[in-house]
Amino acid sequence: MKLTLKVWRQKNAHTKGKFVTYPADHVSPDMSFLEMLDVVNEDLIRKGDEPIHFDHDCREGICGSCSLHINGRPHGPKHGTATCQLHMRSFKDGDNIVIEPWRALAFPVIKDLATDRSAFDRIQHAGGYVSINTGGVPDANDILIPKVIADEAFNSATCIGCGACVAACKNASAMLFVSAKVSQMALLPQGQPERYRRVQAMVEQMDKEGFGSCTNTGACEAECPKEISLSNIARMNRDYFTAKLIKEEVHH
Amino acid sequence: MTLDAKIPEGPLAEKWSKHKFNLKLVNPANKRKYTVIVVGTGLAGASAAASLAELGYNVKAFCFQDSPRRAHSIAAQGGINAAKNYQNDGDSIQRLFYDTIKGGDYRSREGNVYRLAEVSVDIIDQCVAQGVPFAREYGGLLDNRSFGGAQVSRTFYARGQTGQQLLLGAYSALNRQIHAGKVTMYNRHEMMDVVTIDGHAKGIVTRDLVTGKIESHAGHAVLLCTGGYGNVFYLSTNAMGCNVTAAWKAHKRGAYFANPCFTQIHPTCIPVTGDHQSKLTLMSESLRNDGRVWVPKTKELAAKLRKGEIKPASLKEEDRDYFLERKYPSFGNLVPRDVASRNAKEMVDEGRGVGGSGIAVFLDFADAIDRLGEDNVRAKYGNLFDMYQQITDEDPYKQPMRIYPAVHYTMGGLWVDYNLMTTVPGLYALGEANFSDHGANRLGASALMQGLADGYFVIPYTLGDYLATIGPKAVNTDHPAFAETEREVKDRLKQLLSLKGTKTVNEYHRELGLIMWEYCGMARNEEGLTKAKDLIRALRKDFWENAFVSGINEEFNQNLEKAGRVADFLELGELMVDDALNRKESCGGHLRLESQTEEGEAKRDDEKYSYVAAWEYKADNQPETLHKEKLVFENVKLSQRSYK
Repeated sequence: MKLTLKVWRQKNAHTKGKFVTYPADHVSPDMSFLEMLDVVNEDLIRKGDEPIHFDHDCREGICGSCSLHINGRPHGPKHGTATCQLHMRSFKDGDNIVIEPWRALAFPVIKDLATDRSAFDRIQHAGGYVSINTGGVPDANDILIPKVIADEAFNSATCIGCGACVAACKNASAMLFVSAKVSQMALLPQGQPERYRRVQAMVEQMDKEGFGSCTNTGACEAECPKEISLSNIARMNRDYFTAKLIKEEVHH
Repeated sequence: MTLDAKIPEGPLAEKWSKHKFNLKLVNPANKRKYTVIVVGTGLAGASAAASLAELGYNVKAFCFQDSPRRAHSIAAQGGINAAKNYQNDGDSIQRLFYDTIKGGDYRSREGNVYRLAEVSVDIIDQCVAQGVPFAREYGGLLDNRSFGGAQVSRTFYARGQTGQQLLLGAYSALNRQIHAGKVTMYNRHEMMDVVTIDGHAKGIVTRDLVTGKIESHAGHAVLLCTGGYGNVFYLSTNAMGCNVTAAWKAHKRGAYFANPCFTQIHPTCIPVTGDHQSKLTLMSESLRNDGRVWVPKTKELAAKLRKGEIKPASLKEEDRDYFLERKYPSFGNLVPRDVASRNAKEMVDEGRGVGGSGIAVFLDFADAIDRLGEDNVRAKYGNLFDMYQQITDEDPYKQPMRIYPAVHYTMGGLWVDYNLMTTVPGLYALGEANFSDHGANRLGASALMQGLADGYFVIPYTLGDYLATIGPKAVNTDHPAFAETEREVKDRLKQLLSLKGTKTVNEYHRELGLIMWEYCGMARNEEGLTKAKDLIRALRKDFWENAFVSGINEEFNQNLEKAGRVADFLELGELMVDDALNRKESCGGHLRLESQTEEGEAKRDDEKYSYVAAWEYKADNQPETLHKEKLVFENVKLSQRSYK
């Protein structure tokens, strides 16, 4: 296959970026999208040009490092996959492919296609945990959890923190990401003692980081590589309002 | 220097309790006067950093990823072992200990392995309390599955994403301490060297991967939780960033490297498709619970399959060879990883491999689907089947998977004593970065167990003993050793950036990988290893003359990062070959073709090789010195491993 790539190049956070066009010849349909970029980069290095920088690590769809906006869609055209799991057989010979970084105020560009997603970490610092120390915990089977609840909590917990939900949203809202963690803990008995404090702390930090508001368009759910459900947002809203209206004094 | 493993005296079951009592404690008010440096934030690093901060120590934690949650522990699929005996099927601490020692082919320490089995039960409790959503039965209790090398069901799991859920648990504990101000987290920072003062580790030098800034950090102790070195093979199931640099720099500062040739080749990976391949993807070993491994009985049938003249499903039962079930009737498809891998290679070498390249065997779920129904198979392995389909464009519900072994884990690593301290006082190694618990072969679902055991339940006890001994005197980066180490780091970066030859760093890495896979992979012999040594030396020399490294230091420069890591792999590769040459016996994943039983199984030589090979670095391009730590077995009887 022969392809034409239009890639966003930006030296660093303080420099203006621009699109640069590169040919990608000798592309095999069995290559992953990132392997295709590897091949382009090898050519760039050989020519003395700077390779295209992008975040990537596990290349099996679980670490959440990769983060490319491909032809206008986070992680490209295939549903329920991260960029690293996208294979070139999803494209046709002669295609033009536009590759951009995540576009969100809260995710500033570091270089080329790599962005700073530490805002997600800071939201987790604010309350994404159960406050227990190592040791002195009950036997694992002392905490009974119905299978349906455990499965639902697991579904929320599969979020890989890639930021596609933010990149997909016209407001760059982080509601899907935050609500997935809030939901996991709200569903499980272990999360109950801090349930209402947690949701307030995490939402407050999310707002501080400059993410936009949620208008329920559902683009986040449609683009999420792990198919995190929009119902997490509903659950988080319910807990947040409960905390604000009823529980605030109790849990202060 | 004689190696003292510091294994406590006394009966096996009492060693750890006694040892804990004998260790010195740091009083609570003094803990805040100490700073501990933790490098790496996978299961071992995140759990250690969080647990130490909870105790009151100040922790500085470092990772090269953009977030600690992305460390490669996240990719572990199948599960974590623990001797809970929730299934009432005869499990016990003693049995987990025995299975692990035997699975490791009697090349690990009894004391360490027993402790691992002992604390395994606490790990599950800890993770559940954090909110890790393990699989449950309808009654609300935890579910278990079985795994290779064991005849009991002791593996706890969270669908096919157990590593992710455990790491997010440890990450959440770490986040709580970051929020509390007890952990200072440095993302996108790579450790470039260890700083030693009077022989003790007192800090590290790092590079900020975004700005290129070289920084010194001082601490009372340094914990390396930096994972394994499987990427020396270029293609492996490791993440792209996994590297040996931190461990290798520590090695050059005096930490012995133990059993470097002990590499695990995992049997169930998706086969290579072409030269562009950048990494390999593992399919969880749990698939072997229900999948049956086979190849055609004859070369002729295999050739027809490869050409697409016949379909796998059209092959009659009598034309199939379920080789693991045939050769190992009692363990069948659940033999340990080294045995399963070696047998797959044998089939391919005989010309009975399948798939376009012929370098694969089948893993077939047709029987399981008949027995359990497609929905139940989907519920158990759905995400793994999806992953397989995404990569290969084949539907494993309709046709058998093609699998082939790939480098997955390294049992070797920095030598540590019972306290997890390396031969450099104050420098510790945890998790895959150390060598201690898996001998010559690791059992499935034991890596997660060991990483978390070291971080949550071992280091919080053993570190205090050292810290109490050295006292809480303040440490800072004023000592000239820091400036000196920084200068060396900068010189090396300059040297790398001055390389303006014709070959890319990646090309060197790929070449090294091919050498390692060919001569130091699943089967090794004297002739091949000797050849590999020369090839690696020549490649290393060529690298420092003809490589091309782009860009400058003072920027985000992924090519420079990779160059430094490949340069270290080029040194490590030679040590692995030396170690494989030295160990003339076969054991676990290390198969010396010269040492096989009549049936072609790995044949140990306990008289000559029942020791840990710990290598001491001397100087660049100088042979390393071998030190032997004799392995003493008082509780298990050494026998030829049999899974028949």
